Amino acid sequence: MKKRFQGRVWKFGDHIDTDVITPGKYENLPLEELCRHCLEPIKAAFAHTLKDNDVLVAGVNFGCGSAREIAPRALKKLKIGAVVAKSFSRTFFRNAIAIGLPVLISPQAFEACHEGDRVMIDLAHSRLKNMTTKKAVPVDPIPKDIYGILLSGGLFASLRKKRRLKPKARSRSAAVPMGTQSKRIQRQGGRG
Amino acid sequence: MNITEKILARASGQKSVKPGDIVEARVDVALFHEKAGPGFFENFEKLGREIWDKNKVVVVADHAVPPSNIYSANCILETRNFVLRHRLPHFYLGKGICHQIMAEEGFVKPGLVIVGADSHTVTQGAFGAFATAVGSTEMAWILAKGSLWFRVPEAIRIKVEGSLSEMVFGKDIIVKIFGILGIDGATYKTLEFMGSTIDELSIDGRMTMCNMVVDAGAKNGIIGPDQRTCEYLQYRADAFGETVQSDSDADYARTIDLNVAQMEPQVACPHSMDNVKNVREIQDIKIDQAFIGTCTGGRLEDLRAASRLFRKHRVHPEVMLVITPASNKIYQRALDEGLIQTLIQAGAMVTNSNCGACGGGGMGVLGENEVCISTASRNTRGRMGHVSGQIYLASAATVAASAIKGKVTDPREMI
Repeated sequence: MKKRFQGRVWKFGDHIDTDVITPGKYENLPLEELCRHCLEPIKAAFAHTLKDNDVLVAGVNFGCGSAREIAPRALKKLKIGAVVAKSFSRTFFRNAIAIGLPVLISPQAFEACHEGDRVMIDLAHSRLKNMTTKKAVPVDPIPKDIYGILLSGGLFASLRKKRRLKPKARSRSAAVPMGTQSKRIQRQGGRG
Repeated sequence: MNITEKILARASGQKSVKPGDIVEARVDVALFHEKAGPGFFENFEKLGREIWDKNKVVVVADHAVPPSNIYSANCILETRNFVLRHRLPHFYLGKGICHQIMAEEGFVKPGLVIVGADSHTVTQGAFGAFATAVGSTEMAWILAKGSLWFRVPEAIRIKVEGSLSEMVFGKDIIVKIFGILGIDGATYKTLEFMGSTIDELSIDGRMTMCNMVVDAGAKNGIIGPDQRTCEYLQYRADAFGETVQSDSDADYARTIDLNVAQMEPQVACPHSMDNVKNVREIQDIKIDQAFIGTCTGGRLEDLRAASRLFRKHRVHPEVMLVITPASNKIYQRALDEGLIQTLIQAGAMVTNSNCGACGGGGMGVLGENEVCISTASRNTRGRMGHVSGQIYLASAATVAASAIKGKVTDPREMI
């Protein structure tokens, strides 16, 4: 995760749900292909014209619907810099942090940013600036623990860093070996 | 304290908690299915940890069973292999939807903390448990540690009074509540249902109500356990957890009083669960497909209500009616009661128990501009297939009546 970056704004409205972020009909595609259909029902060109670090700016209740982690994972795969919304669904918010996708709450960003504006985000200081209008936009501070998880790249990465869970010897009862076929599904993250 | 606060206090070893507190709560049951598990297997195994308590882990393959594509087949394969590698004792493949199995097999008890890697895990609140959802990564954390952090939620108390009219169900009450709350009206909060209507409501109806709370953004939904809860669980569970009730002076962020005595059947219209109408307002909407199933509306009460109408009527020739019992146990009971026979003779297709058409991953996908009336919980754009598809959400009785007429229909007209 980059602590500080600039990107273009893509605006989305209220209640953007997980069925829109990652449409179910593409669920059998690998993540690399599935993410190309992100948000397709409302902005068909989105995933094709996106650049690294671009920022999603949305209204209330972003990510409502399924607890499936595939939605934040697909956005992370697209190299979205951050999602900024008036509010998030509980499950999307937790999942995004768990996998290391920056999520920022800002009641003002939706009004202060227009489609295509250039914004600068400084995660270390919870700052957002609209470079097009040259105005700073207030965002809720990211709690320190959550910033730590994001900076590590997600919950697992932060676990390994903190060593809160020291690896024990691997179980010897491993009767069934992990198939190579499995890797693709695991990377893809499954759906909830 | 209210029930949710009491459960979280106990699970985190504290005397009392209040909304906004962050607690590390012990998890009593962890649940995941074949579409969530493969997302964390590799990461979990890299940790090199044993599962904290194998007896407390429930694994169900239910989303696309039997699988219709290679991706889904691999998900089941990987889940089964994980279960075998870790010798997990509670694995259900093709026996029904995980939230139904949790109740039927006695994994839920009042007072427990139940966390599942599926949004509809909240269903178990119907039994007075604190039940909520997480994603795959946090599920792996639970499997390793047996606990997870939670923010103690503010509570909304919903008091429902009045006797329901004939052909009006728990589904109609919760859809009505969506119209009041909106789809983010309960974000991060707990919805606690009480009142004389809830006391009289069947367990199936209570499960339907708690099942849908997540779609109003809630962390959990909960109903204080009573005699009915105990009767249901005694039949299936060998021991009870600690029974808890809200204190009479418990704090609530908001209270909603609802009288349902005169309430019509309710329908949530496209493309949002809070776009709620009385059934009579939309009776001219033609439908192509009708779907009775899912963890929201595929229980015995739903099949009974539908087959009651189909004893006298047949499915409209232009409508495809798909029926998917929520579990094999429900399927068997429905066979014993002759319901399945009635439904098939009336022209319905009955599929095996799984999540089915609900998420657009199973059989019953919508084509371009197709209109479906469904007992499921979500009607978001593209949920069941093509983005132009339109989904109306209603009770099984309303879905059945609509399947008979070929358009949205008040079931009270059909009896």
